[in-house]
Amino acid sequence: MAQDRRSLLKGAAAAALVPALGAIPARARAQGSTTLKIGVLNDQSGVYRDVSGPGSVACVRQAIQDSGIAAKGVNVEVVFADHQNKADVGSTIARQWIDRDGVDVIVDVPNSAVALAVNAIVREKNKAYFNSTGATTDLTGAQCSPNTVHWTYDTYMLAKSTGGAMVKTGGDSWFFITADYAFGHALERDTTGFVTGAGGKVLGSVRHPLQSTDFSSYLLQAQQSRAKVIGLANAGTDTINSVKQAAEFGVTRRGTKIAVLLMFINDVHSLGLKAAQGLVCTESFYWDLNERTRAFTNRVKGNMGGQYPAMSHAGCYASVLHYLKAVADMGAPAAKASGAEAVARMKAMPTDDDCFGAGQIRADGRKLHPAYLFEVKTPEESKGAWDYYKLLQTTAADEAWRPLAQGGCSLIRT
Amino acid sequence: MLEDLLFQLELGLPQVVLGLVNGAFYALLSLGLAVIFGMLNVINFAHGAQFMMGAFVAWMMLNWLGIGYWPALVLAPLVVGAFGVVLEKTMISRLYKLDHLYGLLLTFGIALIIEGLFRNQFGSSGMPYSPPEILSGPPVDLGFMFLPKYRLWVVVAALVMSLVTWLVIEKTRLGAYLRAATENAALVQAFGVNVPRMVTLTYAAGVALAAFAGVLAAPIYSVNPQMGSSLIIVVFAVVVIGGMGSILGSVVTGFGLGLVEGLTKVFYPEASSTVIFVIMAIVLLARPAGLFGRA
Repeated sequence: MAQDRRSLLKGAAAAALVPALGAIPARARAQGSTTLKIGVLNDQSGVYRDVSGPGSVACVRQAIQDSGIAAKGVNVEVVFADHQNKADVGSTIARQWIDRDGVDVIVDVPNSAVALAVNAIVREKNKAYFNSTGATTDLTGAQCSPNTVHWTYDTYMLAKSTGGAMVKTGGDSWFFITADYAFGHALERDTTGFVTGAGGKVLGSVRHPLQSTDFSSYLLQAQQSRAKVIGLANAGTDTINSVKQAAEFGVTRRGTKIAVLLMFINDVHSLGLKAAQGLVCTESFYWDLNERTRAFTNRVKGNMGGQYPAMSHAGCYASVLHYLKAVADMGAPAAKASGAEAVARMKAMPTDDDCFGAGQIRADGRKLHPAYLFEVKTPEESKGAWDYYKLLQTTAADEAWRPLAQGGCSLIRT
Repeated sequence: MLEDLLFQLELGLPQVVLGLVNGAFYALLSLGLAVIFGMLNVINFAHGAQFMMGAFVAWMMLNWLGIGYWPALVLAPLVVGAFGVVLEKTMISRLYKLDHLYGLLLTFGIALIIEGLFRNQFGSSGMPYSPPEILSGPPVDLGFMFLPKYRLWVVVAALVMSLVTWLVIEKTRLGAYLRAATENAALVQAFGVNVPRMVTLTYAAGVALAAFAGVLAAPIYSVNPQMGSSLIIVVFAVVVIGGMGSILGSVVTGFGLGLVEGLTKVFYPEASSTVIFVIMAIVLLARPAGLFGRA
């Protein structure tokens, strides 16, 4: 019965579309062009606005321009919306975009809860999904999908790069200050694995509610544990407040190190170098990394409202650029017809872009590129605005990410 | 046994001090709310946004005009207070004759608009603001803990400001007029007191208190557009527990709840954001008018 109703609905939808389809393709065919629609779904008004928001939209537009796809007769449109960090709002928009507005690709999607909800919808509708700002490894693990590419970073890579490096330099006892929800728990769990695996130990942890303002109490508990490293398994304003107050209490002055497990360059900008100096963090893109990243930043920064691109923005750029290369290769109508086919083509082609250099996409949808461990400069070392990082260490692409076999992705035949 | 107790004390005492610092903010913010509600009968939901404006105005003064922390501590509340005057004159004053709910909805809407505008202009991750030179530097050794000088200053400033507000309202002629106007505005007006102007200035004073707390908070918390909305809900709980409109009530409960919250962060941190609301529920059941309120 349900089957019947669904096919009936499909029929009705198709019937409704007939007049429209009848009119537009005639004109489109005359010009020999297909229109692809890319939807940027992220946080436009809340705590993750600066690492996603309008900056991601600007980067997607830049990718379309840089791809030169228009000259090949393919017209690409961009739409964007605010998911308000709510999984239900995100799902509704994703469905509307695909069912009503003919969106072919959904990009960005910060917040792991929303990221996973959208993942299921895109797969069901056979469109393409490039997640840049979500952190959960489930996107390429238990919930991996042939329609999804997870581009920029994930909790495993952060934990391995930052956690592993801290233990190596003598930080063998840890105390975690963790945001009390799925993301924080996952980050703490993954980091604990690397710390204990390298012979270190975890002395304790404290879980704080999301969007707390005062962290002094937790910092004090961390100090009382006498741990050498305080691991911050939180994000956004929680991280900013933790770091700011750690500086205020002079935590690092007595030799304790702070490991910020997830930090974006906008967070450093917001903290100011005085409070952030000496922090160590992991990113997969930094605007001042090399000639190509600087060139990309110069192209895009005029459209980013005074911000410099963060790694999450770069991921939006690079994923769309690579998608458009696949589109040029397979033909826009074929890419439009099947998101899974388009993603399969993306996996078959090596990637190369200004932000992440040469790389590839693994069978489970994980984009592979190096992870960089940075230290935040002191105010004296910084030569000007946004000159914030010095490179400490690079983890090669084949070592930075969770091994394919460990993810439990059903797309992988073992 | 004794050792155990001493260990608990060593763990607990610093948390009590930190709780008092947070309590200072609760007290200052709920004080402004209590003044506005007590005199105007308006539930000022824009209080969090005005707190945030205080912090941002201080930031703007420093970065655009080169005005440092100390002058900003006076100037920023004046600027935001003037904004309060405009709000009261053009919008809020039209709602006095209506139900509380209208004032609440209006101010809530204003809060959303202000936050949206700031987010659009300054982004969501916030701005750096350093404590003034004399109050930065190494933390003070209290014997059982190291406390940053700035946090000590926050407690002192909040206590002084609370005391001054209480004195003005309870002990001066101006305060007497205010209290009389709350009881019977028409009669006070008949004595030749300009009641509408007094009401406007009261609102501005409440708003200025919020902005003052905002400037105090700028060096500690991240200066970002949503910094007020995360505090304001707790502050409303403080006002309800203390008794709507009670000055003494809001100050005492502000510090008291900061303390309770601080201790919760040691013994069961996951509940630290809810403990205040549990207390609120209990107080409402036992004493609906609040601990210091008059039924």
